[in-house]
Amino acid sequence: MSAPTTTPTTVTPSTRPVRQLGDRIFAGSATGAGVLILIVLAGVAVFLIAQAIPAFTASPEELPGGRNLAVYIGPLVFGTLLSALIALVIATPLAVCVALFITHYAPRRLAQGLGYVVDLLAAVPSIVYGLWGVAVLAPASLPFMTWLQDYLGWIPLFAGPVSATGRTMLVVGVTLAVMILPIITAVSREVFLQTPKLHEEAALALGATRWEMIRMAVLPFGRSGIISGAMLGLGRALGETMAVAIILSGSGIITFNLISSSNPSSIAANIALQFPDSTGVAVNTLIASGLVLFVITLLVNSIARWIINRRREFSGAN
Amino acid sequence: MTSDTRTDTDRARTDGELTEQAVVPMPLVRGELPRWAPWGILVASLVVVGGILAATGNFGIGLTLVLGALLYAGATYVVSRFVEGGRKATDRVVTIVVTVAFLIALIPLISVVVTVIQNGLARFDGAFFGNSMRGVVGAGGGGYHAIMGTLIITALAAVMSIPIGILTAVYLVEYGKGRLARAITFFVDVMTGIPSIVAGLFAFAFFALFAGPGIRFGFGGAVALSILMIPVVVRSTEEMLKIVPNELREAAYALGTPKWRTIVKVVIPTSIAGIASGVTLAIARVIGETAPLLIIAGLTTGVNLNPFSGRMTTLPVFAYNSYAAPGVPREPFVDRAWTSALVLIIIVLVLNLLARLVAKLFAPKTR
Repeated sequence: MSAPTTTPTTVTPSTRPVRQLGDRIFAGSATGAGVLILIVLAGVAVFLIAQAIPAFTASPEELPGGRNLAVYIGPLVFGTLLSALIALVIATPLAVCVALFITHYAPRRLAQGLGYVVDLLAAVPSIVYGLWGVAVLAPASLPFMTWLQDYLGWIPLFAGPVSATGRTMLVVGVTLAVMILPIITAVSREVFLQTPKLHEEAALALGATRWEMIRMAVLPFGRSGIISGAMLGLGRALGETMAVAIILSGSGIITFNLISSSNPSSIAANIALQFPDSTGVAVNTLIASGLVLFVITLLVNSIARWIINRRREFSGAN
Repeated sequence: MTSDTRTDTDRARTDGELTEQAVVPMPLVRGELPRWAPWGILVASLVVVGGILAATGNFGIGLTLVLGALLYAGATYVVSRFVEGGRKATDRVVTIVVTVAFLIALIPLISVVVTVIQNGLARFDGAFFGNSMRGVVGAGGGGYHAIMGTLIITALAAVMSIPIGILTAVYLVEYGKGRLARAITFFVDVMTGIPSIVAGLFAFAFFALFAGPGIRFGFGGAVALSILMIPVVVRSTEEMLKIVPNELREAAYALGTPKWRTIVKVVIPTSIAGIASGVTLAIARVIGETAPLLIIAGLTTGVNLNPFSGRMTTLPVFAYNSYAAPGVPREPFVDRAWTSALVLIIIVLVLNLLARLVAKLFAPKTR
């Protein structure tokens, strides 16, 4: 082409960037979507509080159970924390081992497939785990719980008498552990995979065995990942509804006896069980207990996020 | 990755001789167990435990495996300690512990899948997919109404969450700076952890303000589900947008393309595979939610295709209710519950595979 001889119009370069209409609409809608999320979250808190207030102001006689609100919610909080804690104690060491196995022990060809399987298991609906817990795990664990009562009965946890149906707090804890195992595994696996290869190879080059390499290079690097994964799992276990609702027939007591037939229910399970038949102040009471659950999970998750973010700042140096 | 330093038998023998002849207390080279030793010890310990149990009349597969694993770990430690030294012995025991932990973790997971398939196949037939529960008291009936309810509510939730989620992610990656972006990031993280039942309570509390405390309808369920779904969509989309190379954006700007066209024509098409797969996983996550739908969508026996009025059954709620509140006789209800669980698992599986497939097929060619 020949050099342009005619320039039809001279474009005067503007001093400030041109904001096209499309640009403004797009930026506006993107910002709007972000703000909407904040509004929704604020809405969750506001509406829950608004609906919970009647329960706080109602006289004790109107509440379910006819007692103080704290007396009603207290055992539920205890049940929630206890079941989640059992799940966490069982699931965390197992999950770390599984993650280690997938990242450092399994044959390379097997490892990726195993990773997929773990991801898949994290997606299995909780109602399925609940059905499994009550139909398979509860009857199957009866002999084990009887053994616990016979030989470890002097520990208050296993005082018994063993529930005949096997629907106990211990079974709930194990079911929840099975549910949160894939989550903790997935997070730990991600972190273990990010361990700097040079650290690992340096440890091996110095003559470390595989376990010493893991202890010196992988675990210190992945510690915060394990903690945050466990916290996320704890959050899930705290809010888990159906598995607890379907396995436990809870009563409003506080007991550390894990294998007897009278167990405290959890907040979420109690809501699911009571809500369909509740009216009036009972509904408000349930919403108030939901608010308590919201606050607890909010705290747990904030701590988990805080740990993850702190690690993110550090990991830039590696 | 580590690989055990294998030695042929010759070297092992020389090593053994070296250790024996060494006068110094800390030999430079320790012996090494032959390759078959771990397997040999494993079989030996299983046989020993099985034999003892059979002799005392307590034989059982589970007990044999548990005690056998314990003996295996102990025996390996002792043998390795004498031949290879303490550090190697610890290493071998940890390997056993990790592997056994992995196998233990597999047991319940396999058991879940097997149980659901076994029990679910009983009613996995045409009638289940063709009939509702209207007028059914005993056997027969099906989950048609629940399947339709699940599809409608999940579709509505997806329609609401996907645009909001993707736009928010675009804001966070392309526009967001300063305090607002930080606040959104933090609160999206917080939303990820909202218990599903709290989302259901919120939807109820919200709609009960306008429609009274008896409100139950499908759209409310969709709202509850989208509260659970939006943060997942935002997170996965954000990750995907972040890995779009900046050179692509700069090339587009250099050609004079406005920012919004750059995003729509360059950034999003480049990452569409990852976004689609993230969205599919988000759908898979909410499609199995039970608790919020139990509260706000309710339960009914008939087909209700209108999400804006009347109760609407979904598969998880149907499964829960059939199992927890069965009629008489109990069997057909329990069977239907398991079949619903099986259908749910299949849906989730298919969605997950679809997500992987999408991610693999439509991934942008990088160089």
